[in-house]
Amino acid sequence: MYAYSDFDRDFLAERNAQFRAQVERRIDGALTEDEFKPLRLMNGLYLQLHAYMLRVAIPYGTLSGGQMRQLAMIADRWDKGYGHFTTRQNIQYNWPALRDVPDMLDALGEVGMHAIQTSGNTIRNVTADHFAGAAAEEVADPRPVAELIRQWSTDHPEFQFLPRKFKVAVTGSAQDRAVTAAHDIGLRLVLRDSQLGATVLVGGGLGRTPMIGKVLTDFVALPDLLPYLEAVVAVYNLLGRRDNKYKARIKITVHENGIDEIRRLVDAEFVPRRAAFNGADMALYTKIAADFAAPDFITGTGDFAAHYADDPIFRSFIDTNVAPHRHPDYAILTVSLKAHGATPGDASSDQMRLLAELAETYAHDELRISHEQNVILPHLPKRHLRTVFDALSDAGLGTANIGLASDIIACPGMDYCALATARSIPVAQEIAVRFEELKLEHEVGPLKIKISGCINACGHHHVGHIGILGLDRAGVENYQITLGGDGGPDAVIGERAGPGFAYDEVVDAIERLVRAYLDIRENAQETFLDTYKRTGAAPFKAALYPETASPRTNQQADKAHAA
Amino acid sequence: MPRPFTPKVVTANALLEGDVIYLTTQGHWTRNHNEADLIEDPATAEIRLLEAQALAHEAVGPYLADATPGKDGPEPIHFREAFRTRGPSNYVHGKQEP
Ligand code: HEM
Ligand code: SF4
Repeated sequence: MYAYSDFDRDFLAERNAQFRAQVERRIDGALTEDEFKPLRLMNGLYLQLHAYMLRVAIPYGTLSGGQMRQLAMIADRWDKGYGHFTTRQNIQYNWPALRDVPDMLDALGEVGMHAIQTSGNTIRNVTADHFAGAAAEEVADPRPVAELIRQWSTDHPEFQFLPRKFKVAVTGSAQDRAVTAAHDIGLRLVLRDSQLGATVLVGGGLGRTPMIGKVLTDFVALPDLLPYLEAVVAVYNLLGRRDNKYKARIKITVHENGIDEIRRLVDAEFVPRRAAFNGADMALYTKIAADFAAPDFITGTGDFAAHYADDPIFRSFIDTNVAPHRHPDYAILTVSLKAHGATPGDASSDQMRLLAELAETYAHDELRISHEQNVILPHLPKRHLRTVFDALSDAGLGTANIGLASDIIACPGMDYCALATARSIPVAQEIAVRFEELKLEHEVGPLKIKISGCINACGHHHVGHIGILGLDRAGVENYQITLGGDGGPDAVIGERAGPGFAYDEVVDAIERLVRAYLDIRENAQETFLDTYKRTGAAPFKAALYPETASPRTNQQADKAHAA
Repeated sequence: MPRPFTPKVVTANALLEGDVIYLTTQGHWTRNHNEADLIEDPATAEIRLLEAQALAHEAVGPYLADATPGKDGPEPIHFREAFRTRGPSNYVHGKQEP
């Protein structure tokens, strides 16, 4: 498995020793908070509502069993026995004490991990599909391309002071599990005349001004990719606005100048940039690709077929949580961290240790964390699926709900995050419990519900089929619903459905939406999103705001009663 | 006519533990909202905030939060401040921990 070479142990040990000294100086008063804050943020240490929070990077969401075991140890020793996996493929510890953080960082360093956050207006860490190197329909593993870009952009002298931060995502699959259209640059690897290259999207992003990336070019061949990206970033570096932080991302640059003008500038910039590359980048790519080589797959599926035929519970689990692997005798198993009523993305230390053990014993010692806050065994031989399923079920990890209504993305919201305007976790918990009680979600089929606790959109609500945004309306939590968002290959920003709902109205509102869908879908194959695309918002709005009992009139009626 | 002043408490997070703390009348920090000093006028509020800022070795990010007198002492007004007196809603962690 690939290991970051430039964050080697000596480097991490030295960084950690530095931070240990900084913590001491903060505690003895030599450093003020203003001086200390940027230092702790660089080391992944945030101050949230109730405590500090340590955010640990999981590059490409890829972990070994040993690393997962260490994450569990850290959770037990210095936190409250669990960790929270986020939509950014990080793990967050919610309760560290300031004095313990240097020890936690040393423990991470022992397994080659760190909490160092790329910061500033630079090209940030590059993300990739969590099924990379495993998915059956994949054109190519996106991680070598992502890693090539990371190495090229790290310390790139020209790009240390961009107008704003800059994020790149790479997918090697037409299914786009990396939400490429919501990144500053999204790359979709494609083959043309058997040559590997990429479709380049530019100007996507969520947050307060959500935008879907636009296609800048259909195809750049791999040897042209870095010079092409360099041209894009150079054009942005000159053209991007520096007068207003909220207008500084490339999505605004593209919006204000138009994609055609950006393309013209990039094409002109590309020519001299290309001439300056001498092929060393392709040699590096070949070397990186070898590091990401697939494990040696074993053949045969044992008694998998018999178990699948005989046991309906096992069958339902497989049908829901398994995706096709590039090797016919293998499965990609997504382990749900969304048991009904649990906090999305949380895993206890026991669960982490079990996942570590299963990966080591059965699945080539590899684990992934998805931006959808689940854990993946990317290379699991089908012959072991039954054993793994039984072990997972015993540990409360056997929930068969991947891609269904209760597989909700939720940011930490006002239960942890200092920026939040409302809670998101308990809304997710209650929606999941409701669908479990109704026993409806398998009938409903694919449905992505995503919840953010403020306009920063960490929970990706804009691209949820149903998006929920928690706001503070005159000192009361209020939830705005968006419909029809899509984070896949044909990404769409959801449309606001209408007035928001109070905390205790929102779960009922979601149920009404889903029941409306069941009523109007043409058949069981037509998904929620397909139905929405066919009918438009009207029938869904009617379900949300029935004329006789709109939330407003309800409130007025309540007031009238109280008066 | 000047708008009536909403009483305030001074609140922050503790430097070492990161948990929520409130300034008392004696100028110490307490973990309990109802032991906080309820400040009734804007001038005193500003002075007390400066005092809290001077305690930078104990507290991070002090600010004034709206509060109201209750039967056992000051109570928060905004839901964010109410959550801060308890802890998260998904686990019995933080101040609500037994
Ligand atoms: C202390 C906690 C956090 C803070 C202070 C924070 C802050 C922010 C801010 C300020 C933005 C807006 C950036 C911009 O648009 O320029 C943002 C965006 C985002 N955050 Fe967070 N966040 C936190 C936790 C999280 C967590 C836990 C996740 C994952 C569950 C997350 C995922 C994201 C994502 C996906 C975006 C949108 C990316 C984009 O459009 O660039 N954040 N966050
Ligand atoms: S969306 Fe807002 S509330 Fe949620 S984690 Fe991001 S900054 Fe916090």
